[in-house]
Amino acid sequence: MTGPAAGPGRPGGPVGEPGRAVERTQLAWRRTTLSSFVVALLAARLALPVGTAGALVAAAALAGWIAVLVAAYPRAVGRRPAGGGRALPLVALLTVGHAALGIALVLIRLA
Amino acid sequence: MRQAIRQWLDPRELRRVGTTPDYRFSLANERTFLAWLRTGLALVGGGLAVAQFLPPLPVPHLREALAVVLLLLGAAVAIRAVDHWRRTERAIRLGTELPVSRFPAVLALAVGVGALLLVVAVLIPTGRAG
Repeated sequence: MTGPAAGPGRPGGPVGEPGRAVERTQLAWRRTTLSSFVVALLAARLALPVGTAGALVAAAALAGWIAVLVAAYPRAVGRRPAGGGRALPLVALLTVGHAALGIALVLIRLA
Repeated sequence: MRQAIRQWLDPRELRRVGTTPDYRFSLANERTFLAWLRTGLALVGGGLAVAQFLPPLPVPHLREALAVVLLLLGAAVAIRAVDHWRRTERAIRLGTELPVSRFPAVLALAVGVGALLLVVAVLIPTGRAG
């Protein structure tokens, strides 16, 4: 896949866009979505042994990653919403959510 | 505080000030945000890994404390990433100086000091295994 950044009508403009800024930003979104998936998996794995509540927490962690995916997808494939900007605070808040789930799990397992 | 959060979630707020810059500046700012967010994700992932893969350390509850500290650091990095992105975007639109920050230095010091403390904790003899 050669990045949809280069077509005319895209924000990136014509082929040979200087610095490949659009394509690099798309790839950065993909990396970040992937990192978020690993974090969600680790949170789910930590949660599962806890029991029924743990299963719910694991489901919440994976749902959080689905939300990251939905927020990041338009930017990861180059369809940038005109409004822009909302995805950034959203993925950051979801990361904070994963951290909060992790802290809750550590404290539950300690008790 | 509430206003800051509303501004975070409403991208139109940012577009009201200044002029729209070359899109490459905005994209560079966005990539910097994403790099910081991945730093935060790495800290959160590290905390989650410590909590489930590390055997208990010689000092009681040190493992849990380490996990919680890493998770809190990760959350702080993520929040600060949005705030810094927003202030940088604003500065670019207004043509003013980019915001400077102590945060990277503080984070680096915290990680370094934490690593040194851990080395000490690992080297403390357990008294059993000798």
